[in-house]
Amino acid sequence: MQSAMTDRTARLRQDSLDARPAITAERAVLITEFYQANEGRFSVPVMRARSFLHYCRHKALWIGDDELIVGERGPAPKVTLTFPELTCHSIEDLEILNSREKTHYDVDEECLREYRERVIPYWRGRSMRDRIFAELPDEWKDAYDAGVFTEFMEQRAPGHTVLDGKIYSRGLLDFKKDIARALAELDFLNDPEALDKRETLLSFDIACDAVILLAQRYAALARERAATERRPARKAEWERIAEVCSRVPAHAPRDFHEALQAYWFCHLGVITELNGWDAFSPGHLDQHLLPFYERGLADGSLTKESARELLECFFIKFNNHPAPPKVGVTAAESGTYTDFANINIGGLLSDGSDGSNELSHLLLDIVDEMHLLQPSTNLQLSRKTPDALLKHALRVLRKGYGFPSLFNADAVVQEQLRQGKTLEDARAGGCSGCVEVGAFGKEAYVLTGYFNLPKILELALNNGFDPRTGKQLGPASGDPATFRNIDDLFAAYRVQFRHFLNIKLRGNNLIGRMYATRMPAPFLSVLIDDCIRRGRDYNAGGARYNNTYVQFVGLGSVTDSFTAVEQACFNGSGRSVPLAQLTEALRADFQGHEALRQRLLHRTSKYGNDDDAADSIMRRIFDVCVEELDGRPDPRGGHYRVEMLPTTCHVYFGAVTGALPDGRRAGVPLSEGISPVQGADRHGPTAVIRSASKMDHLKAGGTLLNMKFTPALVDNEESIEKWAHLVRSYFKMDGHHIQFNVVRAETLREAQKHPEKHRDLIVRVAGYSDYFCDLSRELQEEIIARTAHEGF
Amino acid sequence: MHDGLVFNIQRYSLHDGPGIRTTVFLKGCPLCCQWCHNPEGIAARREIVVVENRCIICGECRDACPLASALDCSGPLPPRLADCTLCGACVDACPTGARQMIGRTMSVEDVLCVVRRDRTFYDDSGGGLTVSGGEPLSQPRFLLALLEACRAEGLHSVLDTTGFGRVEHLLAASALAGLVLYDLKAFDEELHLRLTGVSNRLILENLRELDRTHPNVWIRLPVVPGFNDDLEDLRRIADFVATLRSVTLVNLLPFHRTGLHKFRRLGLTHALDGVETPSPELMQRAVEVFEQRGLKTKVGG
Repeated sequence: MQSAMTDRTARLRQDSLDARPAITAERAVLITEFYQANEGRFSVPVMRARSFLHYCRHKALWIGDDELIVGERGPAPKVTLTFPELTCHSIEDLEILNSREKTHYDVDEECLREYRERVIPYWRGRSMRDRIFAELPDEWKDAYDAGVFTEFMEQRAPGHTVLDGKIYSRGLLDFKKDIARALAELDFLNDPEALDKRETLLSFDIACDAVILLAQRYAALARERAATERRPARKAEWERIAEVCSRVPAHAPRDFHEALQAYWFCHLGVITELNGWDAFSPGHLDQHLLPFYERGLADGSLTKESARELLECFFIKFNNHPAPPKVGVTAAESGTYTDFANINIGGLLSDGSDGSNELSHLLLDIVDEMHLLQPSTNLQLSRKTPDALLKHALRVLRKGYGFPSLFNADAVVQEQLRQGKTLEDARAGGCSGCVEVGAFGKEAYVLTGYFNLPKILELALNNGFDPRTGKQLGPASGDPATFRNIDDLFAAYRVQFRHFLNIKLRGNNLIGRMYATRMPAPFLSVLIDDCIRRGRDYNAGGARYNNTYVQFVGLGSVTDSFTAVEQACFNGSGRSVPLAQLTEALRADFQGHEALRQRLLHRTSKYGNDDDAADSIMRRIFDVCVEELDGRPDPRGGHYRVEMLPTTCHVYFGAVTGALPDGRRAGVPLSEGISPVQGADRHGPTAVIRSASKMDHLKAGGTLLNMKFTPALVDNEESIEKWAHLVRSYFKMDGHHIQFNVVRAETLREAQKHPEKHRDLIVRVAGYSDYFCDLSRELQEEIIARTAHEGF
Repeated sequence: MHDGLVFNIQRYSLHDGPGIRTTVFLKGCPLCCQWCHNPEGIAARREIVVVENRCIICGECRDACPLASALDCSGPLPPRLADCTLCGACVDACPTGARQMIGRTMSVEDVLCVVRRDRTFYDDSGGGLTVSGGEPLSQPRFLLALLEACRAEGLHSVLDTTGFGRVEHLLAASALAGLVLYDLKAFDEELHLRLTGVSNRLILENLRELDRTHPNVWIRLPVVPGFNDDLEDLRRIADFVATLRSVTLVNLLPFHRTGLHKFRRLGLTHALDGVETPSPELMQRAVEVFEQRGLKTKVGG
C-alpha cells in the first residue's frame, strides 16, 4: 500500500479523533417547539415530515475549513442529537452520560436547562419509550428485568437498513415525481386506505423537500465562504462545494464528488429524522462509484489521488457521527460509540458476476491507512471473488484493527433466497450492522433484541425460578432431581424457551405496531422500494421485504453446559454426579465445590473442538431457535428470523446469569456469537471452524464467529495464503461470517496499563470493532482471554 | 493392522509441508537432541506429565493412585513415580487435566478419523497429513500402513524424519510420501554425537540413498546458538546438500525456547536453559551459506 493521506485528510482525521462526543439539545428543542405549536393540526406522517423539515430549516450548519464532503447531523463533529419523541432522557440520564467513564458524552449546563425547562415537561409521558413501557405487561417487564431478553426499540427506532444504487441515477426530485404519480393514482372510490396512503405519500414528499433544503443551505454557506476566502485554491473548492450541494441530492450526481455528497446528504437525512439502529449504510460502495470513477479518469476530471482524497473525506464524515446516546440495559447491550454503518466491499453484481473492482482495493487501502472506528467495512467474499482481493483484505486485517470482517457472499444469497427474495435482489444485497443479511434498498430487516439462552437453561434447572431476582419467573417445567437423561432437561429447556420467546414476540408485535402507526420514517421510506408504490411507510411494512430478528446469545455457554450435564451427571459411570448435587453447587456459585467445577471445566467435551459430543448438542440448541421462531408472522407483514450475534450483550447477560454447568461462575461473560466459550477451544482454528459449520447457517440471517490470531500466525505471505484457504474452506461449508483479531495479549495488557499510549488500539469485539481502551474492564479481560491461536 | 503409539495430532499445522496440514506425532526417537522441543516424544512408551500451572493441589491424584500409600511425601504426585505401572488412575481422577497421559495406542483408522476431519482445508490449500515424531521410522510397520492408507484415500502425505532408521524402511515410507522433510543437525560426526547422542553416519548414508529414489526432499536444519551455529560446519553441510539432486528446499529453523517448559512437565531438566534465540544476523549468514551454493533456502518451516 502506498501511503497517500494528504495533509488535508491527515488534519481532518486528527480533528475527528480529537473531537469529544457531546450532546446538544438543539434538535430536541426544535422538535419540541414544532410539536407544541402544531399538535393536532396534521396527520401523524405529515407531522413527522414537517417537524423534520422544521429541523432542516433551522439547524445550525457546520463546515470544516478543510472539508470537501460537507454536512453534519449536529452543530459540530461528534456532537450528537437527541430524539425526545422516542426516548426523553431524564436529567439523571444526562448526568450519567456526562459522568460515566465509558462511552461518555459531554452534556453542558445549557443542555440540562433546555431539558429541564422545555423538553422534559412536554415529552414525559408522550415519548415512545414512555408509551411502550406503559403498554407492556408485567410478565414482559419481569423477564426484561431478569435479563432474559433485551429490547432494541425501547430507545431507538427500527432502521437496520442499507441503500442500494438508486440515488446514483436519480435525484430526490425524480422521487418526488414518483410520489406525485402515486398520489394521482390513489383510488378514493375502491381503496379504503386511500386517505392513509395520501398522508403517507405527502409525508414522503415533504421529507424530500427537507433534505433538498438542507443541501441548499449548505450550498449557500459554501458560497458565503467562497466570497470571503482569500486563498485562491480554497476559494475554488468552496465554489465547487456550493455547486455540488446545489446539484445533489435534488438531481442525480454527475461525477464522483457529487456521488459521494449525494449519499452523504441521504445518510444525514436518515439519521436525523429518527435515531434508527445501525445508522445508515451505502452498501456496495465500490460498485456504485465505479461508473463515476471510470468516467472521471477518462475525461480527466478525476485522478486516482483526488478520488482517494474524496473517499477519505467521506470516511471521516462517518467517524464524526457517534451513536446517539444510550442508557440503561440498552447501553449495556451495545456499549459503544460506533453506530454500525458498514460498507460492503466486493460481492456479486445482480447478474451473478463478480462485483469487485479497482475501487474495492482502493477502499481497503483507505481502511488500512486511516484505521478509524467508523465506518465498519466488510469484504463480501464469493467463489468468484479473486484471491488477490481476499489476500489484500487479510493483509489489512493482519494489522490488527479488526477491519474488514469477512462474509460469505454466496451464503448471503442463499439465506435470502430461503427468505423468499428474488435472485437479483438477493445478489444485490449484502450485510450490515454486525452480520445481518439484507436486500439493500428493498428491505426492512429489523433487529428486536437479544435473547439469553443460558438464562433459559438456568430457569429450566430451577423449575422456572430465577435465583437472582428471587421470582418464579417461568412455568414449572419439572424438578431437575427427577430428570433421567439429557432429553428430560431439553424438554424443560424448550418449555422455558417457548414461554419467554412468546413473551418477547408479544412485546415486539406491540412495539412494531406502535412504530407503524405513531412513528413513521418518511425520508427513509423514500429510499427503500416499494414504500412509494405501496403508499406505505418503512415502519409499517412498505418495504418490498420485511424480516424481524431475535438475536440469540450464549450458544457456546449453553452448549457446553448441556454437554457437561450429560457427561458429568448422566454418564452412567461411578464418577457420575447427581443433577441435584450439581444444581446445588450452581446455586452456591461453586463455593466449596472447586474440584467439581474443575472437572466440569476440563473433563467434559467443549464446543469448538470438532467434538461431535458437544457439537451435536450445539446443533440441537440452534435447531430449537429455528423451529420455535423462524417463519412466524412479524408486525410488518413479514417473518421472524434467527440471528446469532451478541454485540456486547454477552457481558450484560453474563452479569445477570448464575453459575452454569460448564464451570462458568456467576456474573462472568457468556460466550459470544457462535464462537466457543472463551478459551474452551483447544484444537486450533480448523477445529473451531468445523464445529461452527455443524449448524445450518443458511437458516439464520447472520451468525458471528470471532477468532483471535497472534501476529506470528500471519507474519508472511505463505501464512497469508494459508489463512486465505482457511477462510475459503469455512465458506465452502456455508459459514456466514468470520472475523479476526490479530493482536498480542501483551499488547493488550500494556494498553490496560497505559491507555493513553494506546488510544488508537482497535480490536474486534463482536461484529464490530472498538477502541480497546474504551471497553469496560470486563470486556477487556474477555478479549485477552479469548484463545489466541498460536502457529504450530 | 498394526497399532501405533501416538503422542499428539496437531491440526492447522502450517510449518510441516505445503498447505494446511494435520501432523501426527509418533512416539519414540533414537536421538536425544539437546534442544528437542518435543521431549515427550523421545521415550518409546507411554508416560505421565504434569502441567504445573493447572494443578490446584486437590490431592485427587494421590487418592486414586494404588501406590501412593507407600510414599512418604505429601502434596500432588510427582510426574515420575518409581514402580509406576501407568495404570492411569491419577490421570482419570485429575479434575483439571493437569496430569496427562502422553502416548495413545491408535489404529490407522483411529488416526485417519481425525485426519479426515480437515479434508476440506487440505483440498483448498494443497495440504494433507504429515507424519512426524519422535522418529516415525521407529514404528515402521505402523508408519507404512498409515502412509499406504493415505495413498489409498488420495490424501497428500509428508514424512518428517531424522533419517535415523533402517534404509529399507526409509525408502519404503518415502516412496509413499509426496515429500520428505529430512533433518540434518551437524556435519561433523563428533559434534553430531555430542548434540544428539548418535553418530550421523547412518543419517548421511540414508540421505544419499533417498536422493537416488525420491524426487522431493526438504532439508531441515535447526540453528542453535553455541551448539551448531559454527559457519564452517554449516558450509560442509551445504556442500554436501548441494550434491543432492532431490533437494528442492532448505529450511533453517531458528531455535526457540517453547520446548523448554515441557522438560519441566516431564520432571526433567534442560541443558539449553541459558540459550537464546539466534539473532537475525546469524540466520542471514546461515542462509547465505546455502544460497551461495544455489540452494533455495528459507528461514522457518
